[in-house]
Amino acid sequence: MQILDRRLNPRGRSLPNRQRFLRRAKALVQEAVRDASARRDIRDADAGGEVSIPLHGIREPSFHFGSGGIRDHVLPGNKEYREGDEIPRPPEGGGGGGSEGSPDGGGEDAFRFVLSREEFLDLFLDDLELPDLAKRRLVEGADPAWHRAGYSVSGSPANLALARTMRNSLSRRIALRRPKPEAVAELEAAIAELEAAGDAPEALVALRAELERQLRRTQRIPYIDPVDVRYRRFEPVPKPVAQAVMFCLMDVSGSMTEDMKDLAKRFYTLLYIFLQRRYKHVEIVFIRHTHEASEVDEETFFHSRETGGTLVSTALEEMQRVVSERFPPAEWNIYAAQASDGDNASGDSQKTAQLLIDNILPACQYYAYIEVGRDGEHGMPGFPRGPTDLWRTYEALVAAGAPMAMKKVRHRREIFPVFRELFQRRAPGEEARA
Amino acid sequence: MSDAATEDRLLFKGADWDFGTIQRIHDACEEIALGELGLTVYPNRIEVISAEQMLDAYASVGLPLFYRHWSFGKHFAQHEALYRKGLRGLAYEIVINSDPCVSYVMEENTATLQALVIAHAAFGHNHFFRNNRLFLEWTDAKGILDYLEFAKGYVARCEEQHGEMAVERVLDSAHALMNYGVHRHRRRVLDLRSEEQRERDRRQHDEQMYNVLWSTLPEKPMVPPAKGEEERRRALLQLPQENLLYFLEKVAPRLQPWQREILRIVRNIAQYFHPQRQTKMMNEGCATYVHYRILNRLHEQGRISDGALLEALHSHTSVILQPEFDDPRYSGINPYALGFAMMEDIERICRDPTDEDREWFPDFAGCGDPMPVLREAWAEYRDESFILQFLSPRLMRKLRLFHVVDDAAEPVLRVEAVHDERGYRRLRRALARQYDPAWTDPDIQVVDVDLSGDRRLILEHRTHAGRLLEEQEARQVLRHLASLWGYDVLLREVEPASGASLREHAVSPPRT
Repeated sequence: MQILDRRLNPRGRSLPNRQRFLRRAKALVQEAVRDASARRDIRDADAGGEVSIPLHGIREPSFHFGSGGIRDHVLPGNKEYREGDEIPRPPEGGGGGGSEGSPDGGGEDAFRFVLSREEFLDLFLDDLELPDLAKRRLVEGADPAWHRAGYSVSGSPANLALARTMRNSLSRRIALRRPKPEAVAELEAAIAELEAAGDAPEALVALRAELERQLRRTQRIPYIDPVDVRYRRFEPVPKPVAQAVMFCLMDVSGSMTEDMKDLAKRFYTLLYIFLQRRYKHVEIVFIRHTHEASEVDEETFFHSRETGGTLVSTALEEMQRVVSERFPPAEWNIYAAQASDGDNASGDSQKTAQLLIDNILPACQYYAYIEVGRDGEHGMPGFPRGPTDLWRTYEALVAAGAPMAMKKVRHRREIFPVFRELFQRRAPGEEARA
Repeated sequence: MSDAATEDRLLFKGADWDFGTIQRIHDACEEIALGELGLTVYPNRIEVISAEQMLDAYASVGLPLFYRHWSFGKHFAQHEALYRKGLRGLAYEIVINSDPCVSYVMEENTATLQALVIAHAAFGHNHFFRNNRLFLEWTDAKGILDYLEFAKGYVARCEEQHGEMAVERVLDSAHALMNYGVHRHRRRVLDLRSEEQRERDRRQHDEQMYNVLWSTLPEKPMVPPAKGEEERRRALLQLPQENLLYFLEKVAPRLQPWQREILRIVRNIAQYFHPQRQTKMMNEGCATYVHYRILNRLHEQGRISDGALLEALHSHTSVILQPEFDDPRYSGINPYALGFAMMEDIERICRDPTDEDREWFPDFAGCGDPMPVLREAWAEYRDESFILQFLSPRLMRKLRLFHVVDDAAEPVLRVEAVHDERGYRRLRRALARQYDPAWTDPDIQVVDVDLSGDRRLILEHRTHAGRLLEEQEARQVLRHLASLWGYDVLLREVEPASGASLREHAVSPPRT
C-alpha cells in the first residue's frame, strides 16, 4: 500500500476550467455583476460575492424523455395502497411521489456561484479606461524598485554574471596565449610516440622542453582570474505611487428628490470602483450644496435633507478650498463628478463658469457632470422644458473646448451605459465629450 | 485482559491521525477483508487531499486529471457555492477504478472516518472493480491513468494548434452525445495503453497517403445506385449504429483528424464510465456492506473503541437512510440503502432462512456462509439482473415497495403491484427495469445516410410506451450532432411495432 500526501500539490488546478467557464458565460455574468453592484454601497460595491445567472445559457443538453407516455415508478414506504388503487395525479403532473424539488434550495433556472473580487471587477469594468491617468507623485519612504544597471566588479555571489565572466576569461586566455588542453595533449602524444620509436633523441628533448614551457605557462595564466569576474549590478529607483481623490459634488436642495440622489449615488459608486482599480490609494470627498456648500460624510451626503436655494458656485469654491488645503494638484490625480437636477440661481452661472475655467478644470484630471431626473417626467404639460440653466452654461464651456463631460440620466438602467460612454476606450485624438 | 492491554490493541485514540495511523488502519482492514471476507483487490494507493482538491475532483467527474473544459469550471463553481453555504457536505472519499486503485481521503476526516473510508473504498469498491464482470470486460484499469494523461495533453496541444474555441466546440458537441458514445452490446477488450500509439499511426498514415494527384481526377458522372447498393452501404457503415460518437469518428465526412481523435477520447471515457452507471447500486451496496462488516469486526477484536464504532455507525446510518416516498427528503431510491439492505438480506437468507426464503432461493438458502454467494453476485451481476435475481419478498415487505403506473392518457395514477403474494414478481421486475439503461435511456440509433445525395444523416428513436424526447433539448443535441456531421440531420421518433413515425426533428448544421 502506498500513502501519498497530495495536500501540497499546487492549488487552483481548476482555474483554467473556471476561466473557460467565465469566458463562456461572460455576457450573462456581466449582466449579473452589474445588477449585483447596483444594490450595494459605494465602498463595498466591489467586494465580489455571489451572483446568479440564468441556467439556460450554460446548459449542457442531452437526450432525455419529455413528459407524456406511460411511466413506471417503484416507490418505498407504502402506507395504505392496494393493488388496483387509483391515486389522483399530483399537481405537477410528473412523478408519483414527492420526487420533485431541488435539494440545493436554488431554483431550477438560476445558477448561483461566487465570484472573487478580481473576477468581479474584471467583468464589471471590462473595456473601460481612465482619461489622463498619469500624474504620479514620488512618495518618499516607499519601497524602491530595483533595476538592472550594467555590471560591476564587486557584488554578492548570487549576482555573479556567469556568461560575462566566462567571456572575459576567454578573451584574456586568448590574448595571453594560454595553451589549450588539446595542444598539451598533442605534445604528450607526440612525445609518447617518439619514446616508443626511440630513434630521434634530439627531437624528443626539444619536445619535452616545449611541453615543460607550455605547462609552466598554463600554470602562470589562470583559467579564471579575479579580473574576469563580473557581477550584475542593480540600482534602486524610487517607485512612483499614484494616488487619486474623487470629489462628489451634489445639489441637495429641495428640488432634488430621493430618486435623483439615488441615481447620483450609483454614478459615484461606479466612479469610485473604477478609480480604485487604477490607483492604489483613492480618497473620496463629499461636498453638498444648496445656496451654501460644505464637506460632509457619506451618510449625511446622501440622506440628510437641506433646504435653501441653489448656488453651484459655492460647491466649486468649497472644492477649491479642499484642494488647496489637502490635495495639491501636483501630487494628486483629481477627479470630480457633479450631480444636479440642473437648477442654478440665474446670477450664478457666470461665476460658476468662471470658477470652472480658471481654477477647477486646470486642477482636475476629469470633470463629469451628470444631470439627473428631468426631461419630461416632472415637466408640466404644456411647458416643454428646454435645457436647464446649468446645462446651458456647461454646454457653452464644452463647446469652447473645456475638458469636461456631461450627460443626462433619467433612469437607473441608464447609469451604466452613461458611465461606459464616458469612460469608453477611445481612439486617440477623439475627445471625451457628450 | 487488563485495561492497558486493551488500550494497546487500539488502532487509534481520539480523532487525530497521521500516516502511521492510516497504515495501521489499512493493514488491519486488509487482514479482515482478504482473510475473513475473502476479497481480492488491486494494490491500494491512498491519497490525502484537502477540501478544495476534493471539489476539484468532483468537478472533473472524480478523475484525478482531465482535459480542460468550461463545463468542469461550471460544476466546480456550483459545488463550491453549495459547499460554502453549508448546504452540502463533501463526500468523505472518491475512489478510482484503476490499478493500483486510487482512493482519495479528505484531510478533515477524523480517524474513525478514515477507517470507514478505507474499509469502504480501498476494499469494498476496490473488490468490486477488480471482480465485476462489466468492469473487467469494458474498462482497462491498468491503462486509465496513462490514458487520461494522454487525453489531457492531446486536448491541450489541440488548443494550442487550433485555438481554444475550435476545441471547445468539438468538446461541447461530443459531451452532448456522451451517453451515446458507448458500445452496449458488442464485447471488446479495451487496451488504453496503445491508444497513444494508434493516434500517431493514424496521423502518419494520413500524411503518407496524401498525394496531390488525386485532387486532379475528373469528377465521375453520377450513376444511379444499383440494387444491393443500399445493403452494401449499410454494411460498410455498420448500420444501424447505436454508438453515435463512434459512427461520427469513423464516418463523418468533414472532420479533421484531430477532431476525430477528440471524439474518440470522449467516447473512450464514456465507455470507461458505462459500467459504473449500470452497477451503481451494487457497487455502493458492496462497499457499504464491506465497511459495515470490517468495522464491526475491528470492534470485536478490540481494535477500535466503542466511541469510534458509534461514530462510524452514525455515518453509516445516515448514508443508508431511505426516506419514504411521501417524505420531503425523498429523491428516488437511495442506492446505498437498497444495495446494503439486499446484501444484508442475502446474509440473513444464508444464515437463518425462513420457509419462504427456501422456496424463493433454493440455491443458497441456509447454506451458512454468505460470502461465496455475495462474491459471486458482485462478480457476475449488474444492478438490473441482481435485483431480478436476489430481491426477496421479505425485503420488499420491509421497504414496503409498490409499483405505480403513470399513463399520461389516464386521469389518475394506478397502483399496479404492491408487496403481496400476487405482486412480488411483477414488483421485482418493475424495479429491476428502472436500473436497466436500455429502459431508462432513449434508444437512438443511426439508421441511414444519403451518401450520394445531400448526405443527410438519419437517426431513429425507437420509442417505448409512447414516451417521446424532450423536444427543446433534443433539438439542441441534434444541432451539436449536425455540426459534427457537417450536413443536415433528421431524427425520427418511431413506434417500433408498426414503424410509424410519431414525430420528426430536422436540423441543419450551424453556418460557419
